Amino acid sequence: MGAIGLHHYMMISAFLLATGITCMVTKRNAIGILMGIELVLNAASLNFVALGKYTRLGLDGQIFSLFIIVLAAAEAAIALAIVLNYYNNFVTIDVDRGDELKG
Amino acid sequence: MTIDALLFWIFAALACGGALGVVLASRIVRMAFWLVVSLGSVAALFFLLNAEFLGAAQLLIYVGGTIVILVFGVMLTAGGAAPRLKATPGESLLCIAVAASLFGLCLFTVGSVDWVEVARRQGSISHENRPTAGTVGHGTHALGSALVGFRPAVVTTNKDGQPVKQVVLQTGYLLPFEIISVHLLVVLLGAAYLARPKQRREAGAIAASSGGPA
Repeated sequence: MGAIGLHHYMMISAFLLATGITCMVTKRNAIGILMGIELVLNAASLNFVALGKYTRLGLDGQIFSLFIIVLAAAEAAIALAIVLNYYNNFVTIDVDRGDELKG
Repeated sequence: MTIDALLFWIFAALACGGALGVVLASRIVRMAFWLVVSLGSVAALFFLLNAEFLGAAQLLIYVGGTIVILVFGVMLTAGGAAPRLKATPGESLLCIAVAASLFGLCLFTVGSVDWVEVARRQGSISHENRPTAGTVGHGTHALGSALVGFRPAVVTTNKDGQPVKQVVLQTGYLLPFEIISVHLLVVLLGAAYLARPKQRREAGAIAASSGGPA
C-alpha cells in the first residue's frame, strides 16, 4: 500500500457526502435529517483540509474549514429551533405528517 | 505500511462505518452515537492532515456542541417515558477494565518523557511566524495571525533573471472573521427567540382538525 495521497481523502469525503445525502433523503425523523446535513458539511470540510495540505491552497483550506464548522454550529441551532416549533405544532417530529399548510 | 497510512485507514474505516451506521440505525439516539463516531474519526483525519487546531475545534464544537444539542432536541421532542436502564455487572467490569487500561497507558506515556530536556529545548526555539500551513505544529500560529489580518506568504519573483524568494504580506481574513462573529450573534438571538416557550397544540385538537374537511 503506497503513501496516502489526495485522492484517498477525496474518496472518503465523497463517501461521507453520499451517505449524508442518503440520510437526508431517507429519514423521516427531522433530527435524522439534521444529522445528514452534518455529515455533508463534514465531507466538504475534510475536502478543504486535504486540498490545503496536498495542493497550493495551503492555509486557505484550513481557514475555510474553520468557517464551515462555525456556520454548521449556527445552522444546527436554528434548525433545532425549527424542529421545536414543528413539534409544538404537530406533536410529532415525523416530517411525513407535516402535510397541512394551515398553522 | 507506515504508521501514517495505517492510522489513515483505521480512521477512514471508522468515519465511513459511522456514516453508514447513521443511515442504517433505526433509533434516533443510536444514530447520534454513530454520528459521534464518524465526526470523531474526521477529527482524527484532520490531525493526520497537520491541521491540529482544526481537529481540536472539530472535537470541541462538533462532537461536544452540535451532537449534544442534537441529543437535547431528541430529548425535548420524545414522546413517552424512557425505560430505566442499569448496567449488568459484566458490563461494569468491562468498563472498569477499559478505563484502567487507558489510565495506565496515559501514565506510561507521561512517565517515559524526559520533561527537563523538553523544557530546555522549548526555551531555545525562536517564535518566528511560519507562513505556510501543512507543516507540523505551525498551523495554529498561522491560522491565528491570518484571522486578525496578518498573513505573510513566500512568493518567488524574478529579479534580474534569477528567482528570488521574498516574504510579502497578503490580505488576511479579518473581514470574514468579523462577519462571522456578527452572524453568530444574530443566529443565536434568532434561535433563542424561535425556541421560546409557546402554547403547545394538544393531540386531540390535531386529530379533530385533520379528521374534519380534508
